[in-house]
Amino acid sequence: MQSSALLKARIEAFLGAPHLTWRARPAPELLPTGIPGLELPRGAISDVYGPPCSGRTSLLTAALAEATARQEVCALIDATDSFEPASAAAAGSDLDRILWVRCGGRPDKALKIADLIIQAGGFGLVALDLAGIAPAVARRIPLASWYRFRRAIENTPAAMLIIEREPTAKAAASLVIEMRRGGVEWSGAPDCSRLLRGLRIEAVPRKPAARESVRFDARASA
Amino acid sequence: MFAALHSPGLSDPARLAECAADFSPRIEITAADTVTFDISGLAHLFGSTKDIAHALARRTAGAGIAECRVAVASNPDAAVHAARGTAGVTVVAPGDEARTLGPLPIAVLDPPEELAETLARWGIRTLAQLAALPEAGITERLGTEGARLHRLARGAGGRPLVPPQSITVFEDALELEHPITLLEPLTFLLGRILNDLCAKLDAHGFAAHEVRLTLKLENAPPHERVLRLPYPMRDPKAFLKLVTLDLDTHPPPAPILALALAMEPVNPRVVQHGLFVPLAPEPQKLELTLARITKIAGEGNAGAAEIPDTHRPGAFRIKPFAPPPADAHQKSTRNVTPRAAARVFRPALRADIDAPNGRPARIQACGIRGAVIASAGPWRTSGDWWREDTWSRDEWDIALSNGALYRIYRDRASGEWFIEAAYD
Repeated sequence: MQSSALLKARIEAFLGAPHLTWRARPAPELLPTGIPGLELPRGAISDVYGPPCSGRTSLLTAALAEATARQEVCALIDATDSFEPASAAAAGSDLDRILWVRCGGRPDKALKIADLIIQAGGFGLVALDLAGIAPAVARRIPLASWYRFRRAIENTPAAMLIIEREPTAKAAASLVIEMRRGGVEWSGAPDCSRLLRGLRIEAVPRKPAARESVRFDARASA
Repeated sequence: MFAALHSPGLSDPARLAECAADFSPRIEITAADTVTFDISGLAHLFGSTKDIAHALARRTAGAGIAECRVAVASNPDAAVHAARGTAGVTVVAPGDEARTLGPLPIAVLDPPEELAETLARWGIRTLAQLAALPEAGITERLGTEGARLHRLARGAGGRPLVPPQSITVFEDALELEHPITLLEPLTFLLGRILNDLCAKLDAHGFAAHEVRLTLKLENAPPHERVLRLPYPMRDPKAFLKLVTLDLDTHPPPAPILALALAMEPVNPRVVQHGLFVPLAPEPQKLELTLARITKIAGEGNAGAAEIPDTHRPGAFRIKPFAPPPADAHQKSTRNVTPRAAARVFRPALRADIDAPNGRPARIQACGIRGAVIASAGPWRTSGDWWREDTWSRDEWDIALSNGALYRIYRDRASGEWFIEAAYD
């Protein structure tokens, strides 16, 4: 903060124009996910991370369902071929509007394809699913790749969503959310008539940090 | 003046059209047995209208067309009806159409069945009887079709001839003096052919949604590639990139001796864009992107998922990606709670499971282990017993002590356990 004030004073001195007013960057347009408080900024990268079974994929399918319901065209780059079309359809996604690319466990291919899709333009949501990639492998993705994505996607109406185990996009991401397991809901009596009812999920915004955690339930498909 | 050639019972009008083409380029194939054409300006070559008609009769007789009737009149319809109703050569003088056509039966007008019945009930048998009826009354009772028949019965008509559509083939081929082994020189040749074909498509108002490339190879069977596009295009640069990317992915196995390219012409896509329609990828750009993605991810790994009509767990198909156009009037009405999505292991992970009393109690697999603290199941499913890949299994949802939640199953044929998916 101090350095920005100093910079402002030096610019004002250089231009000979005291009291320059800084124009604030306009707030990004948000892409709803169907979960209040978890909207994704357009023209920016959203990084969602967490351990397995923490609700990352449920958030992804909710975002896909919401975007396709708005008739937007979406792309899902599936690094480990883990996407279940039936889950997405049950969540309300229009599968005809989702370009699903299976990369067979190759994150390098996933990054190349994500680049092609962002450059092509016209997509409302570009989702990069790295959740099945080991964190040690994901950490090897150079930071320059994420900055490249950020530069390519800014000033476009597309939102880029990355799901993974650990945050790798770091400073290139405008929104970072940590997903936590909140428990499992069952119904019926144990050993007799028990049924899986859903997952309790907690989403903790890490960037910007001022936001509050969001708790939501993801219902199991009938 | 117009002439009509009519040969009752003829099924192919090509022979009649061939005879007519010797007299005039303006030809209409009116029916399978009738051809009409414009004979204006032929007086200098053949003499009077009667001479032209007789010249036509001689030409058709020379062509071996049996019972060919020739009629000449001032409008195409009168010529056609005179040819249909009168044997031999008929010349209808201008202004004399109603009198000449009058004795002909109503059937020469080829009226719709319902109207023919009505006219028969009224006792109208000839064109003269129909022409004698008041036009306003006919229109009132028989509608516009009745009015049209009345006009034809009077021999009035001034419609233009409808020329037959020429069948244009959008194909080109090239024989090479020396075999080509590299794709780069082939690209130049393909570009040349594609430029010509796309210009031809453009001139005819068409676009193409299918491109067939056949490469004749040295000491090898021909290499054929078919590119099917979800949207019709006619941009040679886009086609060239698509064909090059496809050849890059599927290169010919031997040097190329000749190439042939054919395009399937269709009407171009017309899209009405709207201010409030969500953005979608440009079709041409999307096609190129999909071709590039296919080159990286491999054939069959990029597209739209489709769930087939089966109960087989995890069944899906990948079809070509062609998002439907957005509808500006469609409102988003989605308001549902989030669903727990599953991440599928492909193939399913083999697991060692302790299952005392048949219920999973402890699980161990690649990267997954722990005590089962809660479970739901078994859900027994089976199907496709008539096929070799029949399936029969007991499915469980299990929660581990570390909070993870999985869908597992026991294959009833082998008795082995597998982890199919993780709820995430």
